[in-house]
Amino acid sequence: MLKQIEGSHAVAEAVSLCRPEVICAYPISPQTHIVEALGEMVKSGELDRCEFINVESEFAAMSVAIGASAAGARTYTATASQGLLFMAEAVYNAAGLGLPIVMTDANRAIGAPINIWNDHSDALSMRDSGWIQLFAETNQEALDLHILAFRLAEELSLPVMVCMDGFILTHAYERVDMPTQQQVDRFLPPYEPRQVLDPREPVSIGAMVGPEAFSEVRYLAHAKQLQALERIPVLAGEFSTIFGRESGRLVHRYRTEDAETVVIAMGSVMGTIKDVVDEMRASGVSIGALGICSYRPAPLAVIRETVKGARRVVVLEKSLAVGLGGILATDVRMALSGLHLHGYTVIAGLGGRPILKSSLHALFERAGRDELEHVTFLDLNWDVVNRVLERERTTRRSGSIAENVLRDVGVPTASGV
Amino acid sequence: MFQVRIHGRGGQGVVTGAEMLSIAAFLGGRHAQAVPSFGSERTGAPVVAFCRIDDHEIRLREPVMAPDALLIQDPTLLHQIDVFQGLGPDGYVLINTNRSFEDLGLGEFMAGFRRERLCTVPATELALKYVGRPVPNVPLLGAFAAISGLISLDAVIAAIREKFSGKVAEGNALAAGAAYNTALEAKKEATHA
Repeated sequence: MLKQIEGSHAVAEAVSLCRPEVICAYPISPQTHIVEALGEMVKSGELDRCEFINVESEFAAMSVAIGASAAGARTYTATASQGLLFMAEAVYNAAGLGLPIVMTDANRAIGAPINIWNDHSDALSMRDSGWIQLFAETNQEALDLHILAFRLAEELSLPVMVCMDGFILTHAYERVDMPTQQQVDRFLPPYEPRQVLDPREPVSIGAMVGPEAFSEVRYLAHAKQLQALERIPVLAGEFSTIFGRESGRLVHRYRTEDAETVVIAMGSVMGTIKDVVDEMRASGVSIGALGICSYRPAPLAVIRETVKGARRVVVLEKSLAVGLGGILATDVRMALSGLHLHGYTVIAGLGGRPILKSSLHALFERAGRDELEHVTFLDLNWDVVNRVLERERTTRRSGSIAENVLRDVGVPTASGV
Repeated sequence: MFQVRIHGRGGQGVVTGAEMLSIAAFLGGRHAQAVPSFGSERTGAPVVAFCRIDDHEIRLREPVMAPDALLIQDPTLLHQIDVFQGLGPDGYVLINTNRSFEDLGLGEFMAGFRRERLCTVPATELALKYVGRPVPNVPLLGAFAAISGLISLDAVIAAIREKFSGKVAEGNALAAGAAYNTALEAKKEATHA
């Protein structure tokens, strides 16, 4: 059924259709409308046989999710930004224990400086935690990915993080096709746990594993992710048979065949990139785009296959590996090993800076002439940056960088009197 | 693609206005995307929201840079920020005020635009009369339906009923209808003038 609703509400409805049994969340910023809506559904009885647990912190949210999942309940939570960092220890444990929790990350930046806006720093900080991480390009895909996530998680006994751009998707009203309960039930069978804590048959999970077996357990975590690489396309195929649309493949290719320039990105910025690709194609430029849906596991072979005929690859990412450059770009470089093509990294959209079509046009034109630097910060205000560097060079007590930059760009601050 | 930018202040229903506009467009069979301008919204602070309407899926995620229509919920913003930024000469401008463009000191400026696409609406007064609260978003949508013909009044009223219920919904529906009629009269006058 077609609906015009907010991204967060679309996801809440999709999660509800997945018949979760435990939803836990810490109800404070940065939390999303998703759990708010789910809380209302549980209270009204619209979502029955589900317990909604208000917990005392994000750390507790993931800890309760671990307990609930280990007891055999289909378990869901949502977080963002500092919330994800605060639950980090439990995030690793959920994956290490092999518990099929599904969590939404409404992607936001990480402080300091304090910033509530969108980028991918939060999710990418957990890239090695063992969670599967899927990135949505649209609200339709965001809601679809949650249905796929429960199926994938429970089949492999691994947690899945569905990443959707905070604000840009979570707060956007757009058209979505909401599946029926019958369709979701056909795709997602009842949860059959591989391991379950049951007082009638007591077992323990979470053993201490010493050097004699730790590597094997860790290798098996890696092997499971490799299994996911094979299962995601299969499940996406089943998904499209039942729901009648494509969602949740490893990657999404857009006009990449014979493209001399391939732009690689994740999440909602792919929409803007596709518009730019169309406009540049119309004026004869050979360009295409590759959206990474499955960030973990990393679809290295598919990336390589897609770009092997290209002359250059531009990785545009909403994240920064401080002191290195790109995070996604580093992964992509793994896929390109031995290929002779130019590789450019572009850091864009940090902390919610809009990624403009006009900026992308100029960027891709420069890329086409191979004039880009190895690492480019899109639309960086160099005047402001240089002023701070100059101040630090000449003044010992130069003060806080964030406050100085705000003053230089003309934004009033509390301390800037 | 038709792009709308709504300017107002926190508490005036700017974001909700954009969302209802998108619902009305959706009900009219169009694709629509409504997004807030992602600030920490506080009562009284300037707030911006966007709505795009098209016949195809809308993929673009940048803020609306060159609006086809401006809905200005608070005329005091005219002196505070450049609300007209990016607006072309064929653009629509609706301002919530009981004064005319000339009274607002915009007579000369607006002369460069198409008269039948400009409209001032006493949206706050209508909201107070029918809803009992100074929330001008819905009357402005009613007026926008009349001036642009892009969405129908019925669709606006249906969108109101998706967002609100009971007395608030009915009051807003009446306010939208009243603003629609006022704007339609103004448009006829401007067309014949």
